[in-house]
Amino acid sequence: MSVETPSSSVPSGVPIDDPVDREWESGLEPAAVRRDREAAEAKAAGTPAPRRPKGTRSRAVATLAAAWRQLTSMRTALLLLLLLAVAAVPGSIFPQRPVNPLRVDQYLQQHPSIGPFLDRLHAFNVFTAPWFSAIYVLLMVSLVGCVVPRLRMHIRTLLAPPPKAPAHPARLPVGTSWTTDLPPDQAVAEARAVLRKARFRAVLGDPANGTTVAAEKGLLRETGNLLFHFSLIAVLVGIAIGSLFGYSGSVLVPEGRTFTNTLVAYDAFTPGARVDQARLQPFSFTLDDFSARYRASGEPADFVAALHYRTGFDGPEHTGVLKVNKPLTFGQTKVYLTGHGYAPHFVLRDRTGRVVFDDYVPCTPRGGTEPVRSSCTVKIPDAGLAPKGQLKVPQQLAFRASLIADPVGGTPELKGPQLQLSSFVGDLHLDEGTPQNVYSLDPSGLDPIRTTGAGGSNQLIQTVNVGPGPDGTVSALPDGLTLSVDGIRDWSVFAVKHDPGKSLVLIAAVLLLIGLVLTLTIRRRRIWVRAVAVPGSSGGAGGAEGAGTVGAAPSRTLLEVGGVARVGDISAEFDELAARLRHRLPESPAPSTAERETRVEAL
Amino acid sequence: MSKLSDHLFLVTILVYAVAMVAFAADLAFRRQVVPIFRSGDVIRRTPQATRVDERELVGAGVSTGPGGRSSSLPVDPPRSSAASAGSSGAGGPGEGDDAGGHFTWLARAAVGLTALGWLIHLATIVTRGIAARRVPWGNMFEFSTVAAFICVTAFLVLLAKQRARWLGTFVLLPVVLYLGLAGTVLYKSAGPLVPALNSYWLKIHVLAAITASGLFFVSGIVALLYLAKSYRPDGPMLSRLPAAEKLDRITYGIVALSFPIWTFAVIAGAIWAEAAWGRYWGWDPKETWSFITWVIYAGYLHARSTAGWRGRRAAWFAVAAFAALIVNYYVVNIWIVGLHSYAGVG
Repeated sequence: MSVETPSSSVPSGVPIDDPVDREWESGLEPAAVRRDREAAEAKAAGTPAPRRPKGTRSRAVATLAAAWRQLTSMRTALLLLLLLAVAAVPGSIFPQRPVNPLRVDQYLQQHPSIGPFLDRLHAFNVFTAPWFSAIYVLLMVSLVGCVVPRLRMHIRTLLAPPPKAPAHPARLPVGTSWTTDLPPDQAVAEARAVLRKARFRAVLGDPANGTTVAAEKGLLRETGNLLFHFSLIAVLVGIAIGSLFGYSGSVLVPEGRTFTNTLVAYDAFTPGARVDQARLQPFSFTLDDFSARYRASGEPADFVAALHYRTGFDGPEHTGVLKVNKPLTFGQTKVYLTGHGYAPHFVLRDRTGRVVFDDYVPCTPRGGTEPVRSSCTVKIPDAGLAPKGQLKVPQQLAFRASLIADPVGGTPELKGPQLQLSSFVGDLHLDEGTPQNVYSLDPSGLDPIRTTGAGGSNQLIQTVNVGPGPDGTVSALPDGLTLSVDGIRDWSVFAVKHDPGKSLVLIAAVLLLIGLVLTLTIRRRRIWVRAVAVPGSSGGAGGAEGAGTVGAAPSRTLLEVGGVARVGDISAEFDELAARLRHRLPESPAPSTAERETRVEAL
Repeated sequence: MSKLSDHLFLVTILVYAVAMVAFAADLAFRRQVVPIFRSGDVIRRTPQATRVDERELVGAGVSTGPGGRSSSLPVDPPRSSAASAGSSGAGGPGEGDDAGGHFTWLARAAVGLTALGWLIHLATIVTRGIAARRVPWGNMFEFSTVAAFICVTAFLVLLAKQRARWLGTFVLLPVVLYLGLAGTVLYKSAGPLVPALNSYWLKIHVLAAITASGLFFVSGIVALLYLAKSYRPDGPMLSRLPAAEKLDRITYGIVALSFPIWTFAVIAGAIWAEAAWGRYWGWDPKETWSFITWVIYAGYLHARSTAGWRGRRAAWFAVAAFAALIVNYYVVNIWIVGLHSYAGVG
């Protein structure tokens, strides 16, 4: 899409009737750009835009063709680009469902009147909204419609020789001329050698056009431009593959537990539209040890998860370390460390000391991501208590606790962790078929219990100092049950991401960047050399018009060298090249004044 | 070391402020326009004059004069004379001054002070890095400091290459304000980073983003000057600026340099996001605005090469993109909650 029509600075120095300029215009300009230019020129001149000759095509085809031309025109592309930018703005103003569903719910609660309306306009999932998709799909179609013909044309340009020399190269925006003693044939051969050495694509021109060299450099500009645009398409293809065949999930794993990559093992799972959920990539890992270090300020310093893992169902076992910025890779699936917290060890014993319940229960950090304080919920449906009353209401136990990692320092690090524990007995409503959140407690049907422990006897909220000692035990529960919290482990949340389009996106992004740099740094320029035999001092006026037309043996050659660039200024480069050419084809001693005037007239 | 850095920071602002005033005075008291041409003529030059002038600008005065055809000069004229003859007639205000060598003591002082400020600025950044024992672009204050440094560097390069003395005030005024804002509102003392920010790719990503931002900043200023100049070429102060086309070319030149850097910054950020969060793109507000900025700059580059959009419309694109950059920087960092809330403010 970004082909430069001649910038105002350079070709303005060339009169419009210059054949080179014309050729340059038509030969390099993609159809879409030309149409835009012609339309603009026509508008400026107050005449209707030039139309293509009407053929035998039906009206419908013509309309379609016109629509296609309109869509692939640069103006449309520009408008779509602007529209895309504007359309993305609400995505940063309103909370987005895929990013943070909780905040969307909050927003809907806080704005009951306008919220649902905005929701209907897809304000909370802007980037998957039909109107957003429509813009970028149109833009992509416009892009393809623009770059495919350009690719064809560029290949043609690459295969064709540089365009033939104009009649008077010295009249180009940068140009010079001098006479040399070498005959024209030899002079152009030398000139071609010089230009080739300067890495120009230089060829000897068609003899019908005189003795000339046509040279061109910087075709990589258009190559880069096309590379950029095709890479952009490839990036989008990669994104599409990722969203169709990729999945992501998250799982909380306490130390010592194993995770196996199957659908049921996940706490949350978001599959792409074309994911075979029964055949996720097989791997498993066990969290051996998790350690979190904090600074005195409470800011996290380092998280490290040590684990051992297995690829496939029965592959060899490896040990590995996972850090915040260092995921673990299983083929195209990556496992990330995204959160952590603590899981105290709750043990419920009956009056005989028999263990009734024994588990590490993860507590969720409260108010922020760091587990300074966390909420724990323990539900023990089968504590061995007899049902109560005629209705046989089950007598189940439940505990709710606030875990403080560092009661003295207030840091998220474990330093004498403490629980503020409330105990309940009653019906947990677990058998009623309604799904429950394991992290919350339904208080209806539950009676609080006053307990005895480190915080004293008959307490509704009991203090428990985590540890194997008596301070870690709570008694006075029904039927002589005791609950001890004798230890604590870390847990970690792992995010599992599978994105098969990722490598394509990366490669395409790198190519895109290369293409961009090429297209913005390289200038396309052309240089022509024309050698014309001039008669010796006896030659008459007009003798220089054509090579070899004068009967007298030419004793000198007039060299005309000139160049153009589409964008920017090539005078510095041209001057250097001209100097090299002069060095190789030395200038003849200064001719007489009369001769000089003759030559000027000839030019 | 941290204290030293803070002191140097203040000195930097002061020196820039003085340099800014000197530039303003230089611009205001600059010798008036060459009498043959009124300043309004600058943008309506003949093609030949424009070309000669351009050559002057790139410092390649010795090349074939275009006069070969227009003024029946010999085919091979003593070229430097042709070029200088062209420029002395056509050179606009500002350019003509420089070419003529009227470098007043005021201008000298302004340039010298800017260079001095730049050195102190560099020292501020280096000492900050030493004090924090890490790369000195970890929070918004440091980001601003380095971005302003890039701005001034870009200005100094333009000064050397394009003799862009006229740009002095217009770059240094926002730089001083920007640094002032950074030093008061965004200030955070030197310290270590949270683990998520401690990554190889992140350092690269942020440095690229800062560099591109600093350059975009300058291009945005020049684009605004272009618009002002193109609407009112004779306006007060505006008459002393170079021709609109030159401003347009400078804007383009800077964007052509910084757009790939910005693209790289976005890609590096995506690579880092992939490593840290498991997805390379998530439409986080910062990402969204980076995307918006990128799209508008892409629009600028396209507009500049499209008939009917070149000139003012393209310049408006550059200004809009610049505005998006500012939104991305201030609004998103400070008021919108997202994963990039590293600023350490609010």
